[in-house]
Amino acid sequence: MRDVALHTEMSRGAPDAAASQMVPDSRALTTSDLSLTIDQKPLIRDVTLSLSPDGITMVMGPNGAGKSLLLRLIHGLIPPSSGHVHWGGRTLSDDLRRDQSMVFQKPVVLRRSVAANVDFALKARGVRDPARRDALLDHVGLLDHARQPARLLSGGEQQRLALARALATEPKVMLMDEPTASLDPASVLKIEQIVQEARAKGTKIIFVTHDLGQAGRLADDVIFMNRGRLHEYGPADLFLSRPETQEARDFLQGRIVV
Amino acid sequence: MQDFSEAFRLALSLVFSGDSDLVEIVALSLQVSLTATALACIIGLPLGALVAITRFPGRNAVLILFNALMGLPPVVVGLFVYLHLSRAGPLGFLGLLYTPTAMIIAQTILITPIVMALSRQVLEDLNAEYSEQFRSLVLSRWQQVRALIWDARFSLMTVGLAGFGRAVAEVGAVMIVGGNIDHLTRVMTTAIALETSKGDLALALALGLVLMVIALGVNAMVQSLRMTAVRHAYA
Amino acid sequence: MTFKTRILATTALVAGIAASGVAAQEQSIIVQSTTSTANSGLYDHLLPVFTQETGIAVNVVAVGTGQAIKNAANCDGDVLLVHAKSAEEKFVSDGFGVERFDLMYNDFVIVGPDEDPAGVGGMQDVQASLEKIASSGAVFASRGDDSGTHKKEMSLWASTGIDPTSGSGAWYRETGSGMGATLNVAVGMDAYAMTDRATWISFENKSDFEIQVEGDEDLFNQYGVILVNPAKCENVNAEAGQAFVDWVISDAGQAAIASYQLNGQQLFFPNAD
Repeated sequence: MRDVALHTEMSRGAPDAAASQMVPDSRALTTSDLSLTIDQKPLIRDVTLSLSPDGITMVMGPNGAGKSLLLRLIHGLIPPSSGHVHWGGRTLSDDLRRDQSMVFQKPVVLRRSVAANVDFALKARGVRDPARRDALLDHVGLLDHARQPARLLSGGEQQRLALARALATEPKVMLMDEPTASLDPASVLKIEQIVQEARAKGTKIIFVTHDLGQAGRLADDVIFMNRGRLHEYGPADLFLSRPETQEARDFLQGRIVV
Repeated sequence: MQDFSEAFRLALSLVFSGDSDLVEIVALSLQVSLTATALACIIGLPLGALVAITRFPGRNAVLILFNALMGLPPVVVGLFVYLHLSRAGPLGFLGLLYTPTAMIIAQTILITPIVMALSRQVLEDLNAEYSEQFRSLVLSRWQQVRALIWDARFSLMTVGLAGFGRAVAEVGAVMIVGGNIDHLTRVMTTAIALETSKGDLALALALGLVLMVIALGVNAMVQSLRMTAVRHAYA
Repeated sequence: MTFKTRILATTALVAGIAASGVAAQEQSIIVQSTTSTANSGLYDHLLPVFTQETGIAVNVVAVGTGQAIKNAANCDGDVLLVHAKSAEEKFVSDGFGVERFDLMYNDFVIVGPDEDPAGVGGMQDVQASLEKIASSGAVFASRGDDSGTHKKEMSLWASTGIDPTSGSGAWYRETGSGMGATLNVAVGMDAYAMTDRATWISFENKSDFEIQVEGDEDLFNQYGVILVNPAKCENVNAEAGQAFVDWVISDAGQAAIASYQLNGQQLFFPNAD
């Protein structure tokens, strides 16, 4: 079913084996020995992985596992203390980053109209295209609100706006940091639909979540992290039914993982 | 105090008689100080924004310098500008001394540090909210600066007001570089200083009241604009 | 308004102001003047007559004599009109001025509170009255600003042999400001002060103050007028400046000076040659 090798227990596996996986696919997103240490506290430790270039990868793990930090490292929002992120065999650069976009847990909404929020992202790529903007707003169900100040939208609407903005740059990879964490079920459903549609159009999605149900609904594969380390990376059905590590089993069964 | 009631009476009669000298002086005051405020914003806002979004060695020293420059005595700025614009000075060939332009230059120098320092604070707070999104979109510095200033525009109005308030109220700088020439460079504050030196305290106070009302009016206008913005969640 | 149109509007505003500054320089002169002639209203009486006759606008920068001379030496004026003869002569001999002309005179007076704590009221001998003020310990407010009036006051103290600055901050208070400001201070502190008569007559915050000492020949106050030297300052509008100097010392100008009255009193007495 998958043309990429899925690595379980990468952090404990042999680095040589990981490195050999890095070259071929021009769309492969890989990290090698990625670490982040702040104030002498290791927050991300030696994460080496090679992500499948399609589908939705869910990042899971208890609070403080380093899920959001991993996302930011992959997106280049923060520089790693050591290690590298490569995409298509090239070191992550501003040029490459333009083909990624990110949606944050708390939507960042500019103090402008709904339409202007999308225009802003288009303009960042040198595009001025009201028709496309309206199509994007229509896609996320906000066309009727186009002229409203964005900050008067509900939480769910704001997150959909953030999604429209993230999609505006036609990213090849979309990173989502618990985008539905504090939303009502109806909003969650809409956002999941939009994410599924993006996936169907070939956008790679890396999605941090707490929600096992959401993982079941969306995930093609799952990264499981704990205390800054990568513990498992494998197909979602496998991970959810037969996790390999004790930490993952504890997590999936709702036990507190320390 | 007799001077107070006399001043009120005089202020009212000046305003309601539409005294042409008063109108001229008020107009010049507004022209000079509003222009200086606009220029200070054009210079100070991008600089404030740039410092707000940038971390560099010596940044703290720059912030301290900004804050210290906020307290520049107007008379020192006036002297500084006089020495440059004087015929004997390096820019004397421009022939700008004793013109409204010279007054605008002096007030711009006086209030640009205020605009820089206060906008830096406002924009740094906003940037804390926006910076990850900006970095995610891979925006250039200039794009970030413009977006921050635009999105904070209503908060920055208060910054502009602070600058305008200082400009319109100062006398030391415009007195030196403008010369308080009747019908040419006389503004509210220099007129007040002149009437005080003539011992006409009531008239001086009356002009002071008019100045206060003008400052109040400008403030009220900006505040009402801002309230509208807050209601629409733009602030 | 969008950001762009706002910037455009501002630019237009600035350009407009710059243009108005340029326009004002045509057919106009700047007179660096002592404050007494401006504050007393003499210029309001004199200048419209001159402007009507010649079409030349006169812009007056009224500062202390010391600063006026300094400004003129920086070429920041076309004509100098002050009252400190020896400083004026030095200004000319240093090459900054073309020629000095006597213009008019009035006199200095010593004013003080009605109750007259030093008991100098009615005295004519100015040196004697100053000695009396100093020895009585009454407060005296001085300009202390190197102006014409201040220079005059210091020369009078010198002729008494008293060094008032030894009492500076105690009974001798140097305000470091203009005549009007110093009079305001004197009124506020019940202090004696020396002022030119014109400023005193036009001063409106007299409270219970009165002229206590007047009439001494040593209190004579001579005003002079000088064209700033175009050979030294090429920006000087020599033609218009000369026209102004010529006019104020002409019969017409002198008559206009003599005709200026405030509260029924003549403030300046023309005495050009």
